[in-house]
Amino acid sequence: MAHRWSNKLTHADVTPRAAFLNRRQVIAGLGGLGLTGLAKPGAAQEGLEPNTWEEITSYNNFYEFGTRKDDPAKYAGALTTEPWAIEIDGMVERPGEYDFKDVMAEMTVEERIYRFRCVEAWSMVIPWNGFELADLLNMAGVQEGAKYVAFETALRPDEMPGVQFPVLDWPYREGLRLDEAMHPLTIIATGIYDRPIPNQNGAPLRLVVPWKYGFKSIKSIVRISLTEEEPPTSWNMAIPGEYGFYSNVNPNVDHPRWSQASERRIGGGLFAKREPTLMFNGYEEEVADLYDGMDLAKNY
Amino acid sequence: MTVWILRKTIEVMRTLSQILRRVPVWVVYVLGLLPAPWLFYLGLTGGLGVEPIEALEHRYGELALQLLIIGLAITPLHRQFRLNLIKFRRAIGVLTFTYVSLHLLVWLVLDVQVPSEIWADILKRPYITVGMAAFALMVPLALTSNDWSVRRLGIRWRKVHKLVYPVAILGALHYVMLAKGFQIEPLIYLVVILALLALRLPFSGMFQRSRQADIR
Repeated sequence: MAHRWSNKLTHADVTPRAAFLNRRQVIAGLGGLGLTGLAKPGAAQEGLEPNTWEEITSYNNFYEFGTRKDDPAKYAGALTTEPWAIEIDGMVERPGEYDFKDVMAEMTVEERIYRFRCVEAWSMVIPWNGFELADLLNMAGVQEGAKYVAFETALRPDEMPGVQFPVLDWPYREGLRLDEAMHPLTIIATGIYDRPIPNQNGAPLRLVVPWKYGFKSIKSIVRISLTEEEPPTSWNMAIPGEYGFYSNVNPNVDHPRWSQASERRIGGGLFAKREPTLMFNGYEEEVADLYDGMDLAKNY
Repeated sequence: MTVWILRKTIEVMRTLSQILRRVPVWVVYVLGLLPAPWLFYLGLTGGLGVEPIEALEHRYGELALQLLIIGLAITPLHRQFRLNLIKFRRAIGVLTFTYVSLHLLVWLVLDVQVPSEIWADILKRPYITVGMAAFALMVPLALTSNDWSVRRLGIRWRKVHKLVYPVAILGALHYVMLAKGFQIEPLIYLVVILALLALRLPFSGMFQRSRQADIR
């Protein structure tokens, strides 16, 4: 079921490899003169500034490795990603441990260039490589009556310095409604810019749900369970008044502590202008019907 | 043994005080101000990572909190360890206000940008309300940090400058409130500030006087 969705963002929106590899030098050369604004690489549609490999891999939230944005890039190297197994259980026909390599042999990997909007009001454009979650779920066989999908991140105190602090109730958990999980936009990403996904971005496989806030897109998945009940999710368990189960990107529903009406695209430097946040992060056409008749201010 | 260590500490502190007595105050101003343009330069040139606005805002804010802690530590250091830094206290206070102002300026000009959202944020978001309250309470402190005001206000000057206690609590609270999840660092700042304030309570004063009597 690959290729059920094709990008509106095109390759023109992504920095050409040569340009993103050179951008540092260009910026380094111009930086002292305050001329970084001239270093715009590649073409960009709709005023979209594509994000570089460096931006995508140096500014991360992955609290298992620390709460600072540069902690994951510093410490996630310790995570062993080979071998890697994913336990698929609950209401599935073929439960069990699936080896990551065996899964990859079955899946069709394609490129998806998505906007990525963090609940903290920053955003990026990321060229993911991955496969549709629906394909993986169909591989395990979803049983009649399953309504939700629950996900779990690896919990390895020896490799994850951040989990010694009770920032959240580890392991990190996320969940989707089954129709959200089966939606063609929902992917499991295994690469970025045609390279294997770096540990700080959730190696070896992570969820990407582009119309939801970034924390829904759970990283380094070790367990997927099909359930009948709505599964508990980490941020919702920690602060239910701030983080709902749905957490769809919605400029009209503010986070209690900050506005969600606008966002800052990473990479704009010290004088980056805020941009308006789009309903469902710009995927309204594709996903709005999933929430027909729902009060999105209540189901935030 | 403990008495010996305490006596030694006090000796070291006295020597340190004598050395510091020879350091002119302007040195503290110059050293204290250096990080401001340096961090801005780093932000311009990529040294603060790919999100320099947030980074600069946080670094100025953290420096302000650290300076606030140094300022609050001066009296206890003097009382308990005879380390006399009192002549630097005004400089530390003025530097604290400078970094709080820079932190606020980055938030206004580079971060939020939209004037209507600034007001909405101050009124609607408790951690910003708390931060703005702390800033507002600091303004009279900054305005009266000069010899003329000290002479003019006399005994009232000391009362006005007690405002630094609520400022410190609000500042630490501001940091604790904006953290996502249960984070250690903001709580450490809060605990240190509360501890420094607790040392000023009457009972801790009595405790410290009796201990000094023991040493003598």
